[in-house]
This record gives sequence, C-alpha cells and structure tokens, in this order.
Amino acid sequence: MSELVSTLALSKAPASLIAAPTARGWFGRLLRSPSALVGGVLLLVVLAMALSSPWLFPGDPLDMVAEPFLHPGVDAAHLLGSDMLGRDLLSGIFHGARVSLLIAVVSTLLALLLGVSGGLLAGYYGGLADAVLMRVTEFFQTIPSFLFALAIVAVVQPTLLTIALAIGVTAWPSLARLVRAEVLKLRHSEMVQASAALGATDLRIMLRDILPNTLTPILVSTSLMVATAILTESSLAFLGLGDPNAVSWGNMVGSGREVIRTDWYITTIPGIAIVVTVLALNLLGDGLADVLDPRDRK
Amino acid sequence: MKLNNIVFRRLLQLVSVALGVAVINFFLLRLAPGDAAQVLAGEAGAATPEYMAALRAQFGLDQPLLVQFGKYLLNLAHFNLGFSFRHGMPVAQLIGERVPATLLLMGASILFAVLAGATLGAIAAYRVGKIADVVISTLALLFFATPLFWIGLMLVVVFSVWLDWLPVGGMFTIEAGYTGWAHIVDVARHLVLPAVTLGLFYMAVYTRLMRATMVEVRRQDFVRTAVAKGARPPRVLFAHVLRNALLPLVTMLGVQVSSIIGGAVLVETVFSWPGLGRLAFEALFQRDFNLLLGILLCSSIVVIVVNWVVDFVYTRLDPRIRFA
Repeated sequence: MSELVSTLALSKAPASLIAAPTARGWFGRLLRSPSALVGGVLLLVVLAMALSSPWLFPGDPLDMVAEPFLHPGVDAAHLLGSDMLGRDLLSGIFHGARVSLLIAVVSTLLALLLGVSGGLLAGYYGGLADAVLMRVTEFFQTIPSFLFALAIVAVVQPTLLTIALAIGVTAWPSLARLVRAEVLKLRHSEMVQASAALGATDLRIMLRDILPNTLTPILVSTSLMVATAILTESSLAFLGLGDPNAVSWGNMVGSGREVIRTDWYITTIPGIAIVVTVLALNLLGDGLADVLDPRDRK
Repeated sequence: MKLNNIVFRRLLQLVSVALGVAVINFFLLRLAPGDAAQVLAGEAGAATPEYMAALRAQFGLDQPLLVQFGKYLLNLAHFNLGFSFRHGMPVAQLIGERVPATLLLMGASILFAVLAGATLGAIAAYRVGKIADVVISTLALLFFATPLFWIGLMLVVVFSVWLDWLPVGGMFTIEAGYTGWAHIVDVARHLVLPAVTLGLFYMAVYTRLMRATMVEVRRQDFVRTAVAKGARPPRVLFAHVLRNALLPLVTMLGVQVSSIIGGAVLVETVFSWPGLGRLAFEALFQRDFNLLLGILLCSSIVVIVVNWVVDFVYTRLDPRIRFA
C-alpha cells in the first residue's frame, strides 16, 4: 500500500525529479539536504584534525608536556588542559581522530569486501552458497558481536591491525544479508536476462549489472558501519583493549574515569569528540538515504 | 505446527549456535600465545604443575587437532567449562551466579527503552514537523551517536557526584544489610542509572523507528476507516495505530538482544554491576581466557532464550503470526 502511494506520488512529480540522477544532480541534492550537509562538514573537520595532527602537534601525544590537572582554558599553550599524567588533551583529541578514523576505515573496508562478495555470491547462485551464508549470518547475529570482538582482541593482543580485523570480522554479516536481499530483487530482472543472453559471464553480470544497482543501500550502510566501528573501537579502548602505543578517545575517557569526581573534564572532552564524529557519520548516512532513495524524494 | 516440532527446532537452533561458539572458542584459544593448557589455567603461576599436566591430558594436547576438538566438545556436553583459578571455582558456576544480575539489568533497560521510545516516537509522529518532533528527533539523533560508557560516566557526574541523588555503582548497599522491601528499594535505586544508560541508545533507535512506522501506519486505509466510523482518538491510537506500529519495534528488539548484552559489558563495568559483563571485564583484566570464552558461549545462549520470549510476545501482538 505504502509503495503504491509513493509510486503515485512519484508519477505526479515533475519530470526533472524523476530523470536519472546525474552526478551533479545528486551532489546538488546532497548539498540541499541539511543533515547531509551538517554531517559532511563535521566529518571534514574531523578528517582535517586527523590529517593535520602530525604538523599541529608534532610530539607524541602520550608524552607528559604540561603540569597535571591543568583545567581547560587556563593555559593558552594547552587549550583543553591536561590529564592526570600531564598529557595535552587537545593533542590527544587530534591524534585520536587519526587512530579512530584509521581503524574504522580499515575495518569497514574489510567488512565491505566480505559482506559484498558474500551477499553477491549467495544472492546470485542461491542453493548451497545461500544456505551456508544464511546460517553463518544468523549465527553472527546471535552471538554478541561486541563480546566476540573483545574476545578476539584480548586473545591475539591489541594492535591497530588486530582491532580493525576484529571489528571487520564481526561487522560484515549484516551487510551480506542486505546485499543478498538487493541481489535477489535484481537476479531475475530483464536487465540481467539480457546480459546473460548476450553471453556475459556470471562475474561480469554480478560486477557490472547487479553491483552498481545495489550501491545506494551499500553506501548508506557504509556510513553507519564506520560510525559503529568508531563506537566499537572506543568501547574496546575504554575497557583497556586499545593499542598501547596509540592514543585513543575511548582510552582517554577510561583513564579519566579514576578522577571523575574532581576532574570530570578529562572524561568529558574526549567523549564529545566521539559523539561529534559518530553524529557526523549518522547524519551523512541519513542524508545519503534521503537523497539517493527516489521514493522519499519530496 | 505441532508443539513437538517447535520445541525440536528451537533446541536444534540452540545446539547449533552452541556448537558454532565452541568451534570459535577452540580456535581462538589456539591463537593465544602459549599452549592451550597455559591459557586455560590462566596466567602462568596461577596453576600448579600437576593441574597443568592434568589439563594437557584432559584436552589431549599431544593428540591430533581433531581429537582435541572432540575432547573439548565432550567437556562442553558435560557442562564442563573448565575451572577459574583466579576465582577459585568452576567457570559454569561463576557464570550461573552472575546471570540473574545481567538479566535484571537487561530487562529494566529494555522496558525503559521500549516505553520511552514508543512514547516519544508516537508524540513525534503526531506532531510531524512541529517543535516537539524537532526536539525529540534531535535528542534521538544525539543519543544514537553517544557511546554507552561515556553517557554512563556523565550521568554519574551529574546524578551521583553533583546532585547526590543516586548511588555511584554496585547493586546494593552491602554495609546496610537491608532485607525485604528495603532491599528491593535499595536494588531499584542502584538499578536506575545503569538501566537508563544501557537503555538510552536503544530508546533512540525505537524513537526513530516508532516515528517512521507511525507516520506510515496513520496513512493506512484501516486507520481512515476507524476515524470515519467515529472511533475516538484514544481508541484509534491504542487499538489501531499503536498495535500495528509496535510490530517492527518488537522485531528490532529481537535483532538487538545480542547487541544489548554487548552494551551490558560496558555498563556493568562503569557501574560495577555484578553481572556477566563485569565478569567478562574481570576475566579480561586477569587474562582468564577460558572464563571469557565461557561467557561468550553463555551470553549467546541467553540471546537465544530471550529471542524465544520476543517471538512469544510477537504472537500475542499479531495473531496472524504463528510459532515457526
């Protein structure tokens, strides 16, 4: 029923909106979507922080550079103050952005690789491949993935790479299910039949015909996956499972916890960095979903 | 479908998940530095050489991998999850003691998340585009992006340190030795902050979901019919709109049970809540991998059982759905 309503609405919409979205067209709409715009700008700021950290704060953020318990705004050289070991909080925030984004991007790339290929194969070939993938994803949805990631990192020792791998390995199944569902919709479409009739190989059909048509949901869930990866990474670091040689927002929150009664700002500031970054990615995801889904277009 | 059949399928699901976790645990233990006996016994020095030798024999570490795996499964089939030297008691017993606290925390959080989420979502849906909708949607967006452990700490700062209304952590006041009603009230006071912390994220999810579905459901023909035949607004809301809008929410809840347990690990660590999550954190800190993996197994089983309850609730809400 709802689909009927939106189809009717769509057929009444001006032709310009129904026309195939050109690159400029959807980018222009992205700029007009408030949530995508706010999210995109915030994300650019975080990205700029991550990229500029080696130049703006050349020293090791884990070094003691100031007197401990310096409150924010007291010393112009350390704008956000220092923690109980005299580490500069602003430097930690900048370098932490680098670590968070790096882990999140690597783990999401891994999850994309596994999830998209798994979903394509299962949806396209069906049968045994599909049955196996469904059992595996059901299994992953049942076991608490955070606890699983935690067990992996605890056993193999936390480094940037093992953390990213653990998050990626636990994040791919839901994407695989999503891709599979999209592939099933297209599997018997005339477009695919035409390609098959022209003698295209299975691989070509999957990569050239089906994959481009599933990019919208993949793109939207990718931004949510990066957001989730950042939350997972910071949670692991909060529990003490961060790379001991890298500064991490979650770890900063965790270490500030001991002095939270008197110096709560040490805990509060890195948490705000996490919220802003995750919020940016969620907003971007919402905006992308609105812009790229023709049914929701106003 | 016949009842026997349902019970059989449920048990099959339970066994297959337990088997899957066992496989993962088995190979994870082999990834850890040192041989499995050292890992199982906890950090070096905690166990006696005799116990190590007994462990090696029990798990057949000198035998082929397949035999080792068989022995591991045999131990599991006897509910033998090993022994925790750090705690000085069997892992299964340790976990069993902690499960009720986690279930209480999860139950309270889910209740809070569903009630608050459904209410806020419904208000937003009835006021689409108005100021109430904007405020609620913004709050939901914020809580959706906030890490659980951080929001827990911030709530502690405000409600325990500044206002001194609620206890900082723990499950009850040990030195007070309350009994009866006083004890229940005491536990409830300790429960508020952890349950709200764990629930806020899911409340945000349900608010967004509820708002979207209610906007959708209110446009349906049967709602228009109900209004046209003169049903009063409260009856339209509760009998027609709400009941249908709750279905996706319950589905979502079932999907999220495993993530709620993951969140419980963090919340219990922040609030020293003596449940499975706190136990997992202790195991992590003491490098007691066998206990950690035992918790992974048991929490997976909790997820399955809670999902059975969710399925049951679903059939109550929607008579069209039968147990499958």
